[in-house]
Amino acid sequence: MTIVVVMEQVPDVVEELVIAPSGTDLDRDAVSYVINEYDDHALEEALLLAEATGDEVVAVGIDTTGELDQALYTALAKGARRAIKVTGDFEGAWLSTRAAAQLLVPVIKELDPRLVLTGVQAPDDLDGQLAPTLSALLGWPHASVVISSEIADGVVRARKELWAGITMTLELELPAVLGVQAARQAPRYVPISRVRQVMREASIETREVEPVGDLAPSLMRLRFPAETSQAEMLTGNASEIADRLIELLRARGLL
Amino acid sequence: MDPKVQKVAEVWERDTAIVEGVDISGPWNRMFGQRVIWDYTPDLIQEIAQLPGAESFAWCYQCGKCVPVCPVDVVGDYGPRKLYRRAQTGINLLESPDLWLCTTCANCLRVCPKQVDMVQIMPAAREQAMLTGRAIPAELQEALENTAKYGNPLGQPARKREAWVKEAGVPVPILHQIQRPVEWLWWVECYPSYHPRGIDASIALARIFHALGLDFAILGREEKCAGDSQRLAGERGLFEMLAEENIRTLSKYEFQHIVVTDPHALNAFRKHYPKLGGQYDVWHYTTLLARELPRLQPLLTRSLPYRVTFHDPCYLGRHNGEYDAPRLLLQALPGVEFVEMLRCRENSYCCGGGGGGMWLDSFAAGHQRRRLSEERVLEAASTGADTLVVCCPYEVSRFEDAVKSTGVEGRLRVRDIAELLAEAMGLIGEGTA
Repeated sequence: MTIVVVMEQVPDVVEELVIAPSGTDLDRDAVSYVINEYDDHALEEALLLAEATGDEVVAVGIDTTGELDQALYTALAKGARRAIKVTGDFEGAWLSTRAAAQLLVPVIKELDPRLVLTGVQAPDDLDGQLAPTLSALLGWPHASVVISSEIADGVVRARKELWAGITMTLELELPAVLGVQAARQAPRYVPISRVRQVMREASIETREVEPVGDLAPSLMRLRFPAETSQAEMLTGNASEIADRLIELLRARGLL
Repeated sequence: MDPKVQKVAEVWERDTAIVEGVDISGPWNRMFGQRVIWDYTPDLIQEIAQLPGAESFAWCYQCGKCVPVCPVDVVGDYGPRKLYRRAQTGINLLESPDLWLCTTCANCLRVCPKQVDMVQIMPAAREQAMLTGRAIPAELQEALENTAKYGNPLGQPARKREAWVKEAGVPVPILHQIQRPVEWLWWVECYPSYHPRGIDASIALARIFHALGLDFAILGREEKCAGDSQRLAGERGLFEMLAEENIRTLSKYEFQHIVVTDPHALNAFRKHYPKLGGQYDVWHYTTLLARELPRLQPLLTRSLPYRVTFHDPCYLGRHNGEYDAPRLLLQALPGVEFVEMLRCRENSYCCGGGGGGMWLDSFAAGHQRRRLSEERVLEAASTGADTLVVCCPYEVSRFEDAVKSTGVEGRLRVRDIAELLAEAMGLIGEGTA
C-alpha cells in the first residue's frame, strides 16, 4: 500500500533575502531553495512507518521553483519508491495553500494511498492549512501537529502535541491526512554518493496540470519587518548591573 | 552484537569471597572460561576488509605498535590493533562508537610493520555505515548537510565567503572581479573565511602577501570547501561533488600556483583532485613564506618577547612531509624563543580535528577522558611556552577552547604563525588583527 508525502521548497533564509524592484516578490535570482523542514520530518515519519508496514512511500511536490528535482532525488535516495512532480505555468507565482491543495488532490487520488503526510506548516503556510485543506477536499480524517504515528489494525494512531507538554493520541480511520510537527527521530542522513547514484538510475515522474482559477493571493507589497528597539546590554560590575536592573524593573512598575 | 559470536565459553563469579578473613567480594572475582581459537569468526573483520580501500584491516597481526602512538588511546581506549581485536570478539565496527573516533592522523601507519592504513580504512567503513542507513552523529550530519547546501561546514551563506576582505586593510583581489591572470591563487578555505579567529589569520596573511608584493588573488564566493575532511568522515560522494565544482571553477581562471591556508586543502589538491582531473602546483603558505624568507627577513623588524612552541598539523607534517618551513619561520622571528614539545614532528600529537573530528567534538568527548586538543594544550603549557603557534585553521578555535577548559588561560595564547609574522612586521598589533 502507499503512503504519500507532500513536499514543498521554500526560500532559504540563511541567504540574505532580497525584495525584487516590483516590491511584490523576492528577487528570484538571488533566492536559493531548501525543503520545508517540517516536510523533511514528514518524509522521515513516512519512511519509519513504511519500514514497519512494508508500504511504499511516494514523494509528491509542486515544482514552483524549477528546482524541485534535487529534493525529490534526495527523498528517493532516503528510501521513497517513487517521486512525482506537478508541473505547470507557476513561474513568478506564490501558490495559495488552497490552490496547492487543489492541484495535489488529483495526484493523490490517482495514487490511492492509505495515508498522506505533510509538514504541519511552512513559511508560506504559517497557519498550517495544507493538511486540513487536503483532508477536506479528499473527505478524509485529519490530525495536525503530529509527533509520532503508527499504523495498526486498519487505523492510524497519531500522537499530537496540544499545549503545556500535553499530548493526545487520536485513532483515525484510513485513509487519513497527517500534518507532521516532528518525526519520531531526526531526519536521516543520506550520503551524496547515494543521491548521485539515484540521479543516474531513477527518474522523477511528472504530472502536467493546468493552473486552477486564481492561484496566487494578490500581493500588494512585500517588505522586511520594521526594526524595533534594540536590546540594551548592561555593563559594569555585578552590583552596578543589579542596581540598574532594579531601576528598570521599578520604572516598569514590576517591583 | 552478532548472536552467532559467542564471547566466552563460561563465566564464573563467586558471590562472596573471603581471603584470610577479609571480604573481597565483587566483580573482580569474575573469571572467563577459555575459548578455542576457531570460535572466533573472521566475519566482522572480512565485512570491513572487503570494502574497497579497507583491505589492509585484515593484515593486522596484533603486534600493538600502533596503540601507544595513537592520540585517541592516550585519552581513551583505542588503536587499530584494538579495533581488529574487537571485530574478532564480535563487535561490529560499523555500529560501534569506535567508527567515529579516529582522526586519520596517520601516526599508527608510521609505525605499522604491516601497513594497516586507517586513513583509507576509516573513510571506507564510515561510507559503508552511511550507505547501509546506520545513524551518524548529529553534529557530523549537520556539518555534512551544511557543506552540501552551502559549500562550507559552518552553514554560512556562500556570498559571505569574501566578506572578510573588507577588513583586510590591504587590497585582496577577487578573481571574478579582476578578470586577469595571477601568479598565485590563494585558496582561503572555510574556517579562514568565516570563523572570527580564522579571519584574523587571513587578514594577517593578506597583509604579509601584500607587503611581499605577491601577485595573488582569491576566488571569494566561488570557492567551495575543498572537502578533504568530509571525504575522510565517509562522504566520498560529497567530496567528489565539491571537487568537480571546484575544478570547474578553477578552469575558468589563469594562475600559476595555488597557495592554501589549510593543510587539509593541501592534501586534497595534492593527492585526490588529480584523480578527478585537477592538476595544480600547490603550496602551503608556510612553505611559500619560508621560500620567501630572504625577502621576508628584513621586514621582521619588531622583536617579539615570546617563548613559543609549535604544533605540527597532521595533514602538513605526517601526511605531506612539511616539518621545516614553519620552524624556519619561527626561528626567523626576532626575540622569539622556540621550544619543542616532546611529541613533535613525525610523532606530533593530533588536535583532534582531522578526519571529521572537527564536527564530532561533543561525540568524541563523550568517549574520552579529555579532548585531544586539551591533552595537547596541557603539553604545550608544560614546556613553559606562553604561545602555542599553529598553522592549520582547525587548530586556533580547538586549542583556544581547550586553553579555557583546562584552566591555562592567561598562561598560554594560541596564535597562527601568520599572526606572529605580521606582528613582527608591524602589520598588526599584539593580539589579533
